[in-house]
Amino acid sequence: MGLNRNVSLNTGLQYKGREPMLTFVLHRIGGLGIVVFVGTHILSSFIGGQLGHAGNVVYESWIFQIIIFFCATFHAINGLRITILDLWPPLIEHQREAIWIEFAVFIPLYLIAVYVIIHTALGG
Amino acid sequence: MRRTLPLNKRGLNFETLMWLFTRLSALGMYAFILMGAIGALIMGARTQMNMADLMRWSFMPNTTHVQNTNVLDLSMWSNPFWKVSASLLYLLAMAHGVHGLVVVCDDYIAGATGRKIVRFLSIVVMVVMGPIGLMVIWA
Repeated sequence: MGLNRNVSLNTGLQYKGREPMLTFVLHRIGGLGIVVFVGTHILSSFIGGQLGHAGNVVYESWIFQIIIFFCATFHAINGLRITILDLWPPLIEHQREAIWIEFAVFIPLYLIAVYVIIHTALGG
Repeated sequence: MRRTLPLNKRGLNFETLMWLFTRLSALGMYAFILMGAIGALIMGARTQMNMADLMRWSFMPNTTHVQNTNVLDLSMWSNPFWKVSASLLYLLAMAHGVHGLVVVCDDYIAGATGRKIVRFLSIVVMVVMGPIGLMVIWA
């Protein structure tokens, strides 16, 4: 079974998996963030009224939008990389380059979105 | 060197099928997101929406996502075509997300009973959240 690794948390934190591990961690955080956000968003839309409106105030704040845009865009772009590499296995040879391409796409796209969100929040 | 086994030498169990489903549903969601973005641009998003709003609409083509933009006439944005694609995108994303939760739980829950409970709860979540989401889209 999966859990008997005999590795302490401290050792685990010292593991240096570089870019693939970074994308794995961010993919997992992003996925969980999307599940929490979408789940509560649907429930607050469904409930409506005072309580639902309280939820919408949170979702429409620019800080929350910056976080959830990170989760959604990173999960989407990293997911496309995983899908392409998994469905065409010979490409796994180029996985490091694929991660660099992924960040070359993600960072400009995300920065433009953050710029637009802050610009809109400041009343532009 | 070919390190992957050919398909007929691999066991094809539920987990393998869900592994494949996760990848294929990702491609399916990409198709829906692209369709939402292209549709929004055809409907006039270029002058009426900013990029963040366009992405919000593309990730879920639901009318409430264009209410705070400069789009005045919402009728085109709430027709059955978009409601059906929003429903399909929602069901695809829900199955993808709930399976993702099961995978995450499996990393921390190793016992057979615990994993059975996780799978039972995942089915409960899908049965409850599926109709709720569809009602939000259609009501």
